[in-house]
Amino acid sequence: MVFPIVTPAPTSSDQTPGAGPPAVEDLSRRDERWQIRVRNLHKTFGPQHVLRGLNLDIERGRTNIIIGGSGQGKSVLMKHLMGLLKPDEGQIWVDGEDVVPFDTRQMAVLRRKFGMVFQYAALFDSMNVVENIAFPLIERYKLSRDEIMERVRDLLRRLDLENVGGIEQKFPPELSGGQRKRVGLARALIDRPEILLYDEPTTGLDPVATKNVDDMIRRTADEFHVTSVVISHDMASTFRIGDRISMLAQGVIIVSGPPAEVLVSRRPELREFVETSGLVPREEQA
Amino acid sequence: MSASSSVDGPPQKTVAVNAIAAALLDAALAPIRWGLKYAGDHAILLGQALTGLVRKPFRLRLFLEQAQFVGVGSLPIICLVGFFSGAVSAQQAIAALRIFNQERFVGATVGISLAQELAPVFAALMITARAGSGMATELGSMRITEQIDALTTFAVDPVQYLITPRIIATVIMMPIMTMVFNIVGLVGAYLYAIFLEHIDLGQFIEQFRYWTDPKDYIIGASKAAVFGLTLSVAACFQGFYVRGGAKEVGLATTRAVVAGSVSILVCDYFLIDIFHLLWSSQS
Repeated sequence: MVFPIVTPAPTSSDQTPGAGPPAVEDLSRRDERWQIRVRNLHKTFGPQHVLRGLNLDIERGRTNIIIGGSGQGKSVLMKHLMGLLKPDEGQIWVDGEDVVPFDTRQMAVLRRKFGMVFQYAALFDSMNVVENIAFPLIERYKLSRDEIMERVRDLLRRLDLENVGGIEQKFPPELSGGQRKRVGLARALIDRPEILLYDEPTTGLDPVATKNVDDMIRRTADEFHVTSVVISHDMASTFRIGDRISMLAQGVIIVSGPPAEVLVSRRPELREFVETSGLVPREEQA
Repeated sequence: MSASSSVDGPPQKTVAVNAIAAALLDAALAPIRWGLKYAGDHAILLGQALTGLVRKPFRLRLFLEQAQFVGVGSLPIICLVGFFSGAVSAQQAIAALRIFNQERFVGATVGISLAQELAPVFAALMITARAGSGMATELGSMRITEQIDALTTFAVDPVQYLITPRIIATVIMMPIMTMVFNIVGLVGAYLYAIFLEHIDLGQFIEQFRYWTDPKDYIIGASKAAVFGLTLSVAACFQGFYVRGGAKEVGLATTRAVVAGSVSILVCDYFLIDIFHLLWSSQS
């Protein structure tokens, strides 16, 4: 079946709302390169039109970063990818399946492909570290306590949390910001997802902790072979860990491509972002 | 051409009057619309929670935790308020009955008023203040820290996981707490009447046994179960749908206590009529 849809070019794109030549492509086939393909996504909250026909491609097995200013709809986009929000219009293709019309049961199956690391970890306050990490396993499978503990301890070891004194029995308020992020990552990874979504993972962290989280994302992508989607407005982190960078502005992706291409884009929104972050010297005004 | 009319449409004056009439009607209907939406939203949440009760997985542990929080955790405050409510009721009853030289009826008076009214209403108000506010705060905090979103990402129905155990635990624990309130209230009334007012012990117990009936306790317990439903739905609704930050969680908690308390008193008015009607039609 062929779906006539307006799409961006696969490597880099400049999308303008309501513009762009229509190209016909078959999105219902599993694509070896692109794992998630978002087409013409619209979302409105009351009078606010947040997403305005957004197109986006997420590359399989790579670290995909979505940057953009505050209030541009990055978290809204993330919640659409995870199925926490339904779009007003548009399609989200995951491995060749449009997941927008999915019912609750299909969505529950789909979500097993995903792991999500929340901005402030969203650990359950009423559970200790082990219970938090084991939660997806307890809810989804009938595993013995020993099997669960083995997988939890394995993850704690791989995420360098094993030798942190008595961390297993600690509750979220007793953890530092960096530890929370890592426990949140462990919880997202415990069911071996194919796609990991990070919602602004370095927000509120000091520069050293930020670098540690960056390393953790990079290492996780390499070690667990997952597709990573990172929502961020931290430009230094973005260029440190990103394989592919997309910029969201005015409800659409205005630039998308490898870091080297994005860095030289002439889009004013992106230039301002890049120059303000100090990654490249600010250009003199003509 | 007149300034107040046009060639094609109705006179401008008529249009303005129509607009004002429509606005007034809209304003008059707004509270009704709001009330219907408010009740409808609560009913939807209750429906989802009850659906969760008959759908796997069954989470007995969560129910027991909530029963512990609503019931066992509320025991001290229920006992404290129950004791003094019983004593004060006895004090007022003796003062009134003394006019007719009928103080011996204090046991019956306090027993009936505790069983049908004071115990279910006061216990429900105490549970609203303690457990209802706790539920709203906990759920609100979970919402703003994205813990509820996290549950959804693990394909867990947050209504079934969070709301169903709270509502069921409150509905079951409320009649039990009401019975505790009754017992402790009677002890308070007994101690006040016997030791401070020197009412005859035999008369106190005999009149209580003669005039109170199991139906008084059945009515009280049934009312308590309904109060448990209304207060828990109000608390869960306010907490579950919080948007914003810490300030909104505080406001939601306040709304939960107000809505829970008002719903208890409003329901009480209708329930007592319904129960008396049902009982008189059966006897």
